Amino acid sequence: MKKFFQALIFGLSFGFLLQKGGVTKYHILEGQLLLSDFTVMKVMLSAILVGMIGLYFLQQKSLVKPHIKPVQLVANIIGGLIFGVGFALAGYCPGTGAAALGQGNLNTLYYMGGMLVGSYVFAELSETLNQTVKTWGDFGKVTIPEYLHVSNKVFLIIFAPLLFLVLIGLSRL
Amino acid sequence: MSEYKEVINVLGQSAWSPYLAGSLIGVLAWFTFTLSDKPIGASSAYATLAGMIGKLFAKEHTLNLKYYQDNPPRLNWEFVFVLSSIGGAFISSYTGGEFEVRWIPKLWEKIHGTDNYAIYAFIGGILMAFGARLAGGCTSGHGISGTLQLSVASWISLLCFFVGGVITIQFLY
Repeated sequence: MKKFFQALIFGLSFGFLLQKGGVTKYHILEGQLLLSDFTVMKVMLSAILVGMIGLYFLQQKSLVKPHIKPVQLVANIIGGLIFGVGFALAGYCPGTGAAALGQGNLNTLYYMGGMLVGSYVFAELSETLNQTVKTWGDFGKVTIPEYLHVSNKVFLIIFAPLLFLVLIGLSRL
Repeated sequence: MSEYKEVINVLGQSAWSPYLAGSLIGVLAWFTFTLSDKPIGASSAYATLAGMIGKLFAKEHTLNLKYYQDNPPRLNWEFVFVLSSIGGAFISSYTGGEFEVRWIPKLWEKIHGTDNYAIYAFIGGILMAFGARLAGGCTSGHGISGTLQLSVASWISLLCFFVGGVITIQFLY
C-alpha cells in the first residue's frame, strides 16, 4: 500500500513537471525532432545532469540499488529506431503523452490505442525475440565508466561539466 | 517547408524554464530510486494495461506469453505512476490556464488539416510500444532513468530514438 501511495505522489509530480516544462505539447515535441525547438533536450539533459550527480552520492552511501538494463546492441538499436519512427508519427512519447492527456489532449487516445496493440504484439513474439534479436550483441549490464575502465567519480568530474556546457549552449540557440 | 517554424513560434513555450522543470525531474528520480527502489519509466505501464485487457479475453493465452510470465499484468508501481502523471498534468495545466480539450494537435491541424492524424498516431503508437519493448525502455526508462545511471544500453537507445524521430519527421513536416 505504501508503494502505491509513493507511486501516486511521484506520478503526480512527474506529470506536473512535464507539463510545466512544456514537453506535453505536441508542437514542442515535434519541434525538437524538427530541430527548431530545443525544450525537450533542455528538460532531458537537466534531469540527467541533476539525477546522475545525486545518484552518485546516494550510491556512495548505499541508499540506492542500480537498475541498469543489459546492452543488447541489436535490440537497442533496432528497437530504438522503431521507437523513434513511432515517436515522430504520434508526436508524443509514452510519458509525455500520458501527461498530455491530463492537459486535455484527447488526441493522445489514438496513439495510446496503438501502444496497447504494439505491446501485445511484442508479448506474442517475446519468446522468439528473447531467443534471437535480444541475444545479438549482448554485453550485459554495463555502464559507461565500466566500459572506459574509469571510476564513476572520475567520469562524472569530466562528464558533468560537459553536460553543463551543452545546456548553456542550448540556451543560446 | 519552414511554415511549421512560424506555427511552433506562435504556439509558444513552456510555463516554467525547461531547465528548472528538468532539474526537478532529476530530483524526483533521486526519490523514486531511494524510497521506492524504482526508476522512472512509462512504457511498461501500457504493456501492463494491454495484458490486463488480454486477460479479459484470453486469460490462459495471455498469461502464458513469455513477456507476461516475466512481467505479470496486474496493478503495479509503474502503472499507478503513469496513471497519476495524467492527474499531475491536469493539476498543472488547469491551475496554469493551459487546460484545453483537443482532438487534433494545433500544429498538425495548421499544416495537414483535420484528416489523418488518428491513423498516423495509432500506427505511431504501435511502433513506439513495440520499439520500446525491444529496446528495453522508452524516453523515460532509458532516456532519463538509464542515462542518469550512465547505462551504455540507455545512451545507445536514446540516441536511436532521436535518430529515428528526426529522420521520420522530415516526411511529415
